[in-house]
Amino acid sequence: MNWLLLFEQTLNGFQLGTLLFLLAAGLTLIFGIMDLVNLAHGSLFMMGAFFCASLADWTGSFLFGALLAVPAAIALGIVVELVALRTLYDRNHLDQVLATFGLILFFNEAVRIVWGSAGRAIPLPALLKTHVQILGIPYPTYRIMTISIGLLVALGLYVLIARTRLGMLIRAGATNREMVGALGVDIRLLYTLVFGLGAGLAGLAGLLTATVQTAEIGMGEHILIPSFVVIVIGGIGSIRGSFVAAIIVGLIDTLGRSYIPDLLKLFFSELVASTAAPALSSMMIYLIMAIVLVLRPQGLFPAHAG
Amino acid sequence: MSTIKRLLAFAALGVLTVMLAAPSMAADKVKIGFLATFTGGVGVIGDDMRNAFELGLDHLGRKMGPLDVEVIYEDDDFKPDVGKQKTEKLVKRDRVNFVTGHMWSHVLLASYNSVVGQGPFLISANAGPSQIAGTLCHPDFFSTSWQNDQTPMAMGEVMNQEGIDNVYLMAPNYAAGKNMMEGFKRSFKGRIVGEDLTKFPDQVDFSAEMAKIRAANPKAVFIFYPGKFGAQFFTQYQQAGLKGKIPLYSAFTVDALNLPLLKDLAVGNLMTQFWSPDLDNPVNKRFVAEFKKKYGTFPSFYAAQSYDAAMLINSAVVAVKGDLTRKDAMRAAMEKADFPSVRGKFRYGNNHFPIQNFYLREAVKNDAGEYTTRTIRVVLKDHQDPYASECKM
Repeated sequence: MNWLLLFEQTLNGFQLGTLLFLLAAGLTLIFGIMDLVNLAHGSLFMMGAFFCASLADWTGSFLFGALLAVPAAIALGIVVELVALRTLYDRNHLDQVLATFGLILFFNEAVRIVWGSAGRAIPLPALLKTHVQILGIPYPTYRIMTISIGLLVALGLYVLIARTRLGMLIRAGATNREMVGALGVDIRLLYTLVFGLGAGLAGLAGLLTATVQTAEIGMGEHILIPSFVVIVIGGIGSIRGSFVAAIIVGLIDTLGRSYIPDLLKLFFSELVASTAAPALSSMMIYLIMAIVLVLRPQGLFPAHAG
Repeated sequence: MSTIKRLLAFAALGVLTVMLAAPSMAADKVKIGFLATFTGGVGVIGDDMRNAFELGLDHLGRKMGPLDVEVIYEDDDFKPDVGKQKTEKLVKRDRVNFVTGHMWSHVLLASYNSVVGQGPFLISANAGPSQIAGTLCHPDFFSTSWQNDQTPMAMGEVMNQEGIDNVYLMAPNYAAGKNMMEGFKRSFKGRIVGEDLTKFPDQVDFSAEMAKIRAANPKAVFIFYPGKFGAQFFTQYQQAGLKGKIPLYSAFTVDALNLPLLKDLAVGNLMTQFWSPDLDNPVNKRFVAEFKKKYGTFPSFYAAQSYDAAMLINSAVVAVKGDLTRKDAMRAAMEKADFPSVRGKFRYGNNHFPIQNFYLREAVKNDAGEYTTRTIRVVLKDHQDPYASECKM
């Protein structure tokens, strides 16, 4: 057993987990509080990446590009909420799925018209292109940055939700929306703010992903599915739940990818192992979701518990 | 009187109808269906193929023999099921004479039986899955590219020549990815210390695999990550601190489409290919120069193959002087590979895949500051794919 490899893979799992958390946090708030199924969350993720690509070009600095791209994503989220989603709150989930799927097509085509179909690379500053030695392993600085940002955002959200008035309203909204409205809180404004917050987090996740993978059309669609898995495992509406679930999913996915092939080789032939392993490791997170749904259908941390 | 008038009117109408209908009845044009992915992150490949095909038609004066040319472009959406539907539409509704394009092995395999034996010829301008070269071979199919195994076989040979005796392999888990790995193993004589087939097409984060590469510490890494996946792999390879430590060899991973994006990240990368923009023959020189003039970039190998597809189809139509009913004569003409190819002279094997040279090339920054590739040497000469013997044709 190579312990250093295990350690490195655990770090990789954490990194994927924090990225998923950024997406899932917004998704779970929007779903839990506004009762809106937002398939277009992945589009906001993609828009964050493209905003950052253009703004980084324009300002000549990745840092400024990233700092400006997040407010831009928030603004876009607010516009989308005001223009398109407001009309959907009273509709059933199927209508919402249809409408937000339409938004995906709209954003994909919009990106193709504005940025072209080739995608854009976001060049990292030299400082983040390197790696640092952790226990003798050269680990990419960029991935450490992602983990740190994810943890900081988690902390920030915790403070926001648990310690502020806005957070109290959000928690109250997740538990009983009608009552919050009946008590005279402007629930529409609250929705707009929550959606903007979710869009900002998605945009942040998008730009972080794009620095390692390039910004491209449809980049949000693949990661949206694991994000939904995260909020189902974590309990819809719960930030704490989605943090824990995101880390679990990140770790299982990464460790599965790295160890299942070797594990299978102990029992099956090389050919079977190399063909079955990728399929099996990509199934892992859904297996976990299925188990959670059987044992605890409300998720690990249901919203009303915090 | 009015009866005569009415009769006259009917007659006039009849004449008019015949006149209107006439163009669609006589075969005065050749219809070509071109299937590729034009949208999404891999859409740039399809665009490049279309550009080259259009350039080929320009060079032909937009006529093949006596016939005008009509090309119907269809988008397969990068999905086998959509590709099959679009192919059936091209064959059954549009009644095309040729189906070409075809970027993806899995899409080609799904659509294959909707074309071969149904009337039109199928000309693959990229995908070359082993099944079609072997047991599933068909007289109506031709390739203007290669069989998937050949390019990595050339790479295995390069490593043998350079004395690299252990290597780590990585490719996406789909038809072509598996062919690439098998092809490499066919010719490579050393030891494979590790192999990863990653989830396709949605895995773009390779952190776990790169950690395994570092732990295995091989003498070289060989990868197949086409299109956008290549850009992502190279970026992460550098960030993981592996670039410069463990040499990276590739097939179909660095191309004219992602080189301008990768820039120095890819410079020095070694790859094998049947073609390179600097291949020294007059057809290729004209193709590369005019492609650059028209579209402003170097053509990719996808473009080169698509240009050849236009020329191959033209050679068939010219041979029968536009009589598209003479399928056997058209097939015989194409089997001769008697057209100006950008790769120089080559011939077809029994399975209608090219028997051709494979070169070692390197990603470079040229004197003009452009990122492109340079041919180093011939690795395999007049090479035929290993599945040809399984084809009863």
